[in-house]
Amino acid sequence: MSEKYIGRSSQIAARVLGGEMMVMSSVDSTFFTLNEVATAIWQAADGRTPLTEIVVRNVCDEFEVDLETARRDAEQFVSELSHHGILLVSDHPFDMSAGPVEAA
Amino acid sequence: MNQQHEIAIEIGGTPILFRTHDSSFREMMIDRYGGFIGFLSRPTLEFEVELVTPSGEMESEEDAQVEMRDGLWHFRRGDFRAQWDPGAGRGYIRQSANPYSVDSVLRIVHSLILAGKGGFLLHAASAIRDGRAFLFSGISGAGKTTISRLAPPDVVLLTDEISYVRREARGYHACGTPFAGELARVGTNCSAPVATLFLLGKGSENKIEVVNTAEAVRCLLRNILFFAEDAELVEMIFRSACDFVDRVSVRRLTFVPDTRVWDLIV
Repeated sequence: MSEKYIGRSSQIAARVLGGEMMVMSSVDSTFFTLNEVATAIWQAADGRTPLTEIVVRNVCDEFEVDLETARRDAEQFVSELSHHGILLVSDHPFDMSAGPVEAA
Repeated sequence: MNQQHEIAIEIGGTPILFRTHDSSFREMMIDRYGGFIGFLSRPTLEFEVELVTPSGEMESEEDAQVEMRDGLWHFRRGDFRAQWDPGAGRGYIRQSANPYSVDSVLRIVHSLILAGKGGFLLHAASAIRDGRAFLFSGISGAGKTTISRLAPPDVVLLTDEISYVRREARGYHACGTPFAGELARVGTNCSAPVATLFLLGKGSENKIEVVNTAEAVRCLLRNILFFAEDAELVEMIFRSACDFVDRVSVRRLTFVPDTRVWDLIV
């Protein structure tokens, strides 16, 4: 399976409130609340770090979850947010400031 | 015949001047907007109202469309066409001689003005009690008009349909609006600091419950009036909703439709 790189879209608004990360797409106004694990992935989504590395470093190590479970959950999370254009996904590293590479 | 007639409608402390050649249209506006007619304030912006004979195109059931093009806001709906230059503070409305088109333009313009200042229009009844404002938000049928109708005499009703929420240095103020729901009565033109936003629901008992932050933001966003599909404004509204929830208590109010519910609103 090829590696994925994820980055935060510039067309979103995000804010931590009451200990929860809230994200809203400024394109279609969809609104998401992220749990702690999703927030960790979200914050690490810099377009350059492979998703597997993010899962290992920011999820497995921090939340004591096995890699298989964490990776499966992360794939689902990334798929959902990328569907709404909130996360950008590519099979190679990209510069987030350069705009969307590929919204999977 | 060509004499111009002016009328300023002041909501939330923001007077908007309408200019028409038709004196009967002006009289209709005075009748409709009662306590919101401003005689002394300098208008924030001005609209020329051109009254036209309704055409087939203008009688359509088209929803309101709001978009920014070349620095101008363009509004259109089945019953009107309007344009507003926010830089110059001027605009025009083409409509037939009915009171509903101006009402829609007022809602759109105020929602845009408020968005830029951290406030919003909200699908909510609102009222002042003991110098504090309470908002009762919900979709149609949630109980906005019912709770307004049940208000005891010491309560000042601001609206039973669309609340005006203004950002102030130390929090938020709710202001009266002439936007009436089933109560068919304009609100009182005054304001007070917002104490609580209640998310309304009818039930078998009166109770107030805590709402978690995410749910509060989600419900608030669902009930904010927003017309323009503009990414920058959507982002402003999101930030305003988060700021509001961060500063104002949000509760779920379930109630049976009788006056005892107001015993809880203190």
